[in-house]
Amino acid sequence: MTDTAWIDSALTSARPQAVGALLRYFRNLDTAEEAFQNACLRALKSWPQNGPPRDPAAWLIMVGRNVAIDDIRRGRKQEPLPEDDHAISDTGDAEEQLAERLDGSHYRDDILRLLFICCHPDLPATQQIALALRIVSGLSVKQIARAFLVSEAAMEQRITRAKARVADADVPFETPGAVERTERLAAVAAMIYLIFNEGYSASGDTAEIRSPLCEEAIRLARLLLRLFQSEPEIMGLTALLLLQHARAAARFDADGAVILLDDQDRTLWNGKMIAEGLALIDKAMRHRRSGPYQIQAAISALHARAEKPEDTDWTQIDLLYGALEIMQPSPVVTLNRSVAVSKVKGPEAALDMIEPLAARLSNYFHYFGVRGAFLMQLGRNEEARVAFDRAIALANTSAEAAHIRMHLDRLMRDSKPRGAKAGK
Amino acid sequence: MLYAILCYHDEDFTGSWTKEQDAAVMTKLRVVQDKLTKQGRLGPVARLLPTTSATTLRKDDPPVVIDGPYAETKEQLLGFYVVDCENLDAALDVARDLGKANPGGAYEIRPVGMFTPGSVPK
Repeated sequence: MTDTAWIDSALTSARPQAVGALLRYFRNLDTAEEAFQNACLRALKSWPQNGPPRDPAAWLIMVGRNVAIDDIRRGRKQEPLPEDDHAISDTGDAEEQLAERLDGSHYRDDILRLLFICCHPDLPATQQIALALRIVSGLSVKQIARAFLVSEAAMEQRITRAKARVADADVPFETPGAVERTERLAAVAAMIYLIFNEGYSASGDTAEIRSPLCEEAIRLARLLLRLFQSEPEIMGLTALLLLQHARAAARFDADGAVILLDDQDRTLWNGKMIAEGLALIDKAMRHRRSGPYQIQAAISALHARAEKPEDTDWTQIDLLYGALEIMQPSPVVTLNRSVAVSKVKGPEAALDMIEPLAARLSNYFHYFGVRGAFLMQLGRNEEARVAFDRAIALANTSAEAAHIRMHLDRLMRDSKPRGAKAGK
Repeated sequence: MLYAILCYHDEDFTGSWTKEQDAAVMTKLRVVQDKLTKQGRLGPVARLLPTTSATTLRKDDPPVVIDGPYAETKEQLLGFYVVDCENLDAALDVARDLGKANPGGAYEIRPVGMFTPGSVPK
């Protein structure tokens, strides 16, 4: 690693804690961010000469705080000074002292608050994600814009708008009670999952560009889990992200078309991520407090454990989806379950299962893809063709459409020489 | 004498490496490892998964299982080497070589009291 690379790593890893503490101190997101930026600039000057401080986060918090206070004193800012103002001028001894205070109770809640601000209910999902990537992860506007496939100006505007909304909202600065903490944790977990999905749902041609979103989500999930070591749902979330991302290299072919789980080259799966995901599920299960992330992770784990597609324990997957349906009733969950049901009880039963979903999923690409596949297995090719046509019309990405077209081609081939025929 | 070289580093820091940065560090470390292997001095090497995957058994009566690593510290135990060295100076030389390949953090050098090579296949 080069000289500046280690500084970059240190600044990135210290960021959530440092910005979180500065936010608690200044109670203003812009001031906190600016203070952190200024501290980073000083770090870039000072660290190459003096070597890294023992506790980079503490160093950045202290320097950032002092610079901002100086600014305020000089009247460049029209803000009152925070009340407990004991400015620290010398970075030497004070660092130890400050580090000690930081390691205490504030650390967890500072980072949680920072993440929680980004998932303010007034913010639409896309703004939540953009804000979190900018503020917590410290990605540049350019990087975020690239991942979202929008222009830099558009992203800049989106983030500015999100910040303005958050600034107007009541940001909870008091130390949260147990109930609030649990609520915040759930909101933050959902936001991290959104970030992941933003990267994961990318199609083949953009998957490469957007996969950093998946990696960033995993980093944030690990960060959250380190703060809340005994939360089974956070273990479940982290496991889920790891197990899904482990398949990244196998999910698309050279042309960017989707490769279904059954057809993926499983040797391309990332064994280390799978091992970590499985370890986390083992830990979570000991708590006997099940939840949606844990169940989804357990389903992912059953796929990961199967060396060949035919080794997949579909019965268990069906049961897990059943549990998820009770916990989080949703037509999409039922649709997913139907795939397991088709493997266990056959396509007829699966088709019966999704029939009642038709009205609610009438604009959902996957519904028609799955329905078409079941019909095709039953040899009802004409109906299958109708379903696939509908799916293509609803496809969100070219890769999705291409995948369905492949089914249609197969349908044509199968039905030409021998007429309607059952089989995949 | 066998020495254990225990690798400590800030997990947030190593966790913020990109795939490419991580791979580059591993390649550099492998050069040092290969040298030791050729000399017949390298024992087991392990890189541990993140401490979030760790569980601790406190040997109270009855034993208590706790989520997370044994010690909550700024730097975490991330892996270890077992190396055959003439003496402490030689072990420090190895640690310095490893440190050049992967700066930052710390190595704890501990003489090994008992060693069984084990029977787990690679």
